[in-house]
Amino acid sequence: MSKKFNEIPMGGNILEPGSAMQYKTGGWRAERPKHTPDDCLWLKNGTCLLCWIFCPDNAVKIAEKDGKRTYAFDYDYCKGCGICANECPNSCIEMESE
Amino acid sequence: MNVPIPASKWRVSDEMTAATKSSKTTESSSNIEGLTGDAAIARALKQCDIDVLSAYPITPQTIIVEDYQRFFADGEVKTKVIPVESEHSAMSACIGASAAGARVATTSASAGLALMWEVLYCASGLRLPIVLAVANRALSAPINIHNDWSDSYGARDSGFIQMYCQSCQEAYDTTIMSFKIAENHSVLLPAMVCIDGFILSHNVEHVELLPDEVVRDFIGIRDPAQVLDPDKPITIGPICFTDYYFEVKEQQDRAMKEVFRVYKEVESEFEKISGRSYGIYETYRTKDADIVLLTHSSPAGTAKAVVDALRDRGERVGLLRLKLFRPFPAAEIGKELASAKAVAVFEKCLSFGAAANPLALEVRTALYEQPKRPLVTDFVIGLGGRDVPPTVIVEGYNKTKQYLEKGKAPFYETLGVRK
Amino acid sequence: MALDFSKGIIEVRWHGRGGQGVVTSNQMMGKAALSEGNYIQAFPEFGPERTGAPVKAFLRISKSPIQLYAQIYQPNIVICIDPTLIDVMDVSEGLKKDGTLVLNTQMTPEETRKKLGLKTGKVVTVDAKAIAMQILGRPFYNMPTLAAAVKTTGAVKFETVINEVVSRYPGKVGELNKTAMERAASEAKVG
Repeated sequence: MSKKFNEIPMGGNILEPGSAMQYKTGGWRAERPKHTPDDCLWLKNGTCLLCWIFCPDNAVKIAEKDGKRTYAFDYDYCKGCGICANECPNSCIEMESE
Repeated sequence: MNVPIPASKWRVSDEMTAATKSSKTTESSSNIEGLTGDAAIARALKQCDIDVLSAYPITPQTIIVEDYQRFFADGEVKTKVIPVESEHSAMSACIGASAAGARVATTSASAGLALMWEVLYCASGLRLPIVLAVANRALSAPINIHNDWSDSYGARDSGFIQMYCQSCQEAYDTTIMSFKIAENHSVLLPAMVCIDGFILSHNVEHVELLPDEVVRDFIGIRDPAQVLDPDKPITIGPICFTDYYFEVKEQQDRAMKEVFRVYKEVESEFEKISGRSYGIYETYRTKDADIVLLTHSSPAGTAKAVVDALRDRGERVGLLRLKLFRPFPAAEIGKELASAKAVAVFEKCLSFGAAANPLALEVRTALYEQPKRPLVTDFVIGLGGRDVPPTVIVEGYNKTKQYLEKGKAPFYETLGVRK
Repeated sequence: MALDFSKGIIEVRWHGRGGQGVVTSNQMMGKAALSEGNYIQAFPEFGPERTGAPVKAFLRISKSPIQLYAQIYQPNIVICIDPTLIDVMDVSEGLKKDGTLVLNTQMTPEETRKKLGLKTGKVVTVDAKAIAMQILGRPFYNMPTLAAAVKTTGAVKFETVINEVVSRYPGKVGELNKTAMERAASEAKVG
């Protein structure tokens, strides 16, 4: 932010791929998503994942290891937009005040 | 700041695209041909080995596109020629290709240049060394296809380098030099090469062409500074708001100032291969001149004939012909004109509602810091292709002489119009 | 004292109608001059060409580079390739006192002088229409008129122009034009 004109790349170009990772949007969050695993189709049968697809900040972290599936939010980047809660077909995600 | 990438990584065509076919021209040994300004630019582009030409034909630039399409159809160039549906797309395609590291050119005029408007600023803001040949033409309405400088003068703040040529030979030479100036890593800005529509674009003149291999060796292969490459991804043209936009513009402004030095370097190299040079401006019999005429393009040629005729009559008059309008060589011109009593500016553009017109505004600013400021008169001439005979220049000279006696001149006036 | 802006320059003005080849023959004469080592400017009266409308073209020839960029108001040579134009406009306007007026017409130089009220200079007439119709079979007046102009003014060499025409139109078209031009050169009347 405080770099001078001759300390930034020409034309404001960004020369390092994926540099958006350096900007932690978690600080913008007023409401945080809370996941209730009971009716989650991903945990139940490995399907759906609408929240993962639609999250603009890639903040829904899913994994599968030895047939065991996990689900979490990355609060460094989740900016609390609520898209995941809106998309969830089984109402497993609720937005709560920070 | 700049990451060099080897040519082999980005080059669009796999080898040099210059024609290998035997030349179809009738002149067997001579390299002098009778060419129009447009044809001369097309020949220069052909020799400059461009990778992409994306252009939309418009009078009076049409011959450039037609000739180049013919070179392409005849297999004389390997350039990707993109026949776009509008000038907005022409410049947009140029930007994409140039960002990918290609040597790119386009050409336009008048309404076409106006339609390119928003994209001109993208080309310069993204620091892409695109060469844009402009056959200067008036803007509508009323509709008019003839010459004045309203089109490129309107684009004077777009961040393009602007060079104005007086002859078809100069148009050819300048087109070749423009790539080397624009692509220089201290500059990296797009460049306009401007000729007067019809007056030069359709005028057959004596043009001495350089051999293909000499031009090739002179301009070399473009060495892009930052390039779109899937294997090494970067972001070109990201958002810059209040935090960085100003710094990016500071860079652009400083790059523009580098053009003075780079132009001179490139031209002195060019002089070695061609024996020709023009300078960022040219002075003609100004040494002891009381009144200096100041203009560019074709009126500057006519003004030289006027200076000669007036000198024969004992008048102390000279001419300063500007070549580089952007960046404007204010410091040098200020010094050059400081000893004159008056400077008479002739320009083919009206800046409606302005204190004076674009060229005179620059000249007056350049002179403001001089201890003894010459009187500056501003004559608007030749709008919409109205012929500018020597007598119009003489009229401006005589008026300037009268104003000098009175010690006062109007901000500007029109000459050669029925009023 | 009048100012002379075109010292050492031969200035030629062409008159014709759109579609008659004014621009082409002007360029042909220019390129011939160029190949003789001159500097030239060959340009039309700019604009979208309209078939049948009166059009002009201009040519400057000089031993040194030409700086002057303007239309030609005081030509050394005027060439008019359309016989009907002299009724519509003053083709000899501004012609220098020692200049040459070349006309495609059936009139003699004397008749032409009388009609135009022209007392000075040289008047050249040639019936390019008849020559073109007989040899080319079509109303292409421009090359025969060019031939008469070149032969009688010596602004460029006749042979150079012929070479220029033959190389631009290889084969039969070039040969026929050459025949027409040679005939026009021999039939041109000076007075």
